[in-house]
Amino acid sequence: MNPTVARLTLRGLLGRRRGLLLLVVPALLLLVSAIASGSSADAHGLTVKILGQLGLGTLVPLLGLVVGTGVIATEIDDGSIVYLLAKPLPRWRIITTKLAVATGVTWLFSVVPTLLSGLLLYGTRDGVVLGYTVAVLVAGAAYSALFLLLGVATRHAVVAGLGYALIWESVVGNFVEGARTLSVQQWGKAVAEAVAGDTAIGADVSFGAAVPLLLVVTVGATVLASVKLAGLTLAGEE
Amino acid sequence: MSLPPETRPADTGVIHDIGYRGYTGPRLGRAYATRSLFTQSLRAAYGLGRSGKSKVLPFLVLGVVTVPAMIFVAVAIAMKREELPVEYPGYLSSLSLVVSVFLASQAPVLLSRDLRYQTVPLYFSRPITRTDYVRAKFAAMVCAQLLLMAAPLLVLYAGALLGGMDFSHNTGQFLYGLAAAVLYAVVPTSVALVIAATTPRRGFGVAAIMGYLAVSAAVATVAVGISNPSTSGSDTAQWTSLISPTDLVESLVNELFELGNGLDRRHAPGGLGLAVFALVAVAMVVGSYRLLLSRYKKV
Repeated sequence: MNPTVARLTLRGLLGRRRGLLLLVVPALLLLVSAIASGSSADAHGLTVKILGQLGLGTLVPLLGLVVGTGVIATEIDDGSIVYLLAKPLPRWRIITTKLAVATGVTWLFSVVPTLLSGLLLYGTRDGVVLGYTVAVLVAGAAYSALFLLLGVATRHAVVAGLGYALIWESVVGNFVEGARTLSVQQWGKAVAEAVAGDTAIGADVSFGAAVPLLLVVTVGATVLASVKLAGLTLAGEE
Repeated sequence: MSLPPETRPADTGVIHDIGYRGYTGPRLGRAYATRSLFTQSLRAAYGLGRSGKSKVLPFLVLGVVTVPAMIFVAVAIAMKREELPVEYPGYLSSLSLVVSVFLASQAPVLLSRDLRYQTVPLYFSRPITRTDYVRAKFAAMVCAQLLLMAAPLLVLYAGALLGGMDFSHNTGQFLYGLAAAVLYAVVPTSVALVIAATTPRRGFGVAAIMGYLAVSAAVATVAVGISNPSTSGSDTAQWTSLISPTDLVESLVNELFELGNGLDRRHAPGGLGLAVFALVAVAMVVGSYRLLLSRYKKV
């Protein structure tokens, strides 16, 4: 961690009204939950749909994508990363600092609203809400690391990340069962199920497989990103 | 070895007066320039004339939307079925996410770079006007989207005819599909272009467009899902499709051509719904076009 790098990254991420745009995500989740909590439908089904499908399935990956690529890809894109790389700082420290900021922001904008809207919808019964909160916590960290790596590795980080988060996890995952094994969302669900006890959250990956995979992806992505940043070439836009 | 200046003979250097010649050839005019901008933008949307790297994504997406159509046709013909396993408009709506990715990644290619490298003022120093610029870019993006969706429809249609399936039924359905493709190409595209025109950063534009399209679609889907249409039979939740351009088109097409089935069928609720949905679609397109025009007023 380097406090100056962290402060600059945070300012680049949230400054100039960009933070307000990110605020849309938690606001939307809370709004939908507030409307849904007034309906008479089965509360458990509602919670699984809203927290699982909307929150963990769509909002968290998108938030992770915007934040994860936002902390580094924009700087690489406009070339201002060279001023940071020229400083006597090990490259892995830059990566870990930026990852910490990305994870923190993702958590702030996803974990808190998930917990609140879960309490609004389902109260504290069965630990379902706690399960989803922990799931968002681990999935948010994994997504941040993964998309940070993409931001360093390719100039088309956002598109590649969208391809993974939306196409692979939802479209391909819907048809091909094996694809679900390699999905951060499913690993998150497995963790949620383990925390909540088996209350039909519907994870397709076992807890024993999910935890090592989550760790491998998060740590592996961070290491790989450090290596990539160490040998970064700044190319012009084609 | 050169001589010092003062000893050089004075009359060796001559300046010839070749005159200043203006261009007297034919001038091709505003319409020609607009057409050129349109063609170049359409090619840029598919990365033609650009580096190999920028061709990867457009053609990958084109492959992803076309290959399943080929598989459907092959399966239908191999199993000697009487009709295709999918409806033409239904095929488009199931792939709308992939089409959205194409839109999100290519709309900033058309607009954001001109803003970022400040080439827009250069365009306006030519005979082209601001309206022409917006018109050409708008038309190019709509055409790129239309081509992307027409390709799989043509594959399905050609396959159905070659497989000896019912001609009139398939032609009717194919035309419905084309109408849906036009709507998909116009409504979400117009909104995406407005977002792309607001930012000079490509990555941010991609994320903002995809964020809007994906989040609004997810909210609408979840809203319809939790309203339990199977038990209550209520259509109220269908109104949430109004926030999502892709769902709006899907609901409109399903209700207009009486397509789709199943409990999670998206449709405009009733005659009033149909009118409102159509109006909102028109308002989205006209409003976005107006916004684009006013955006480029002060570049």
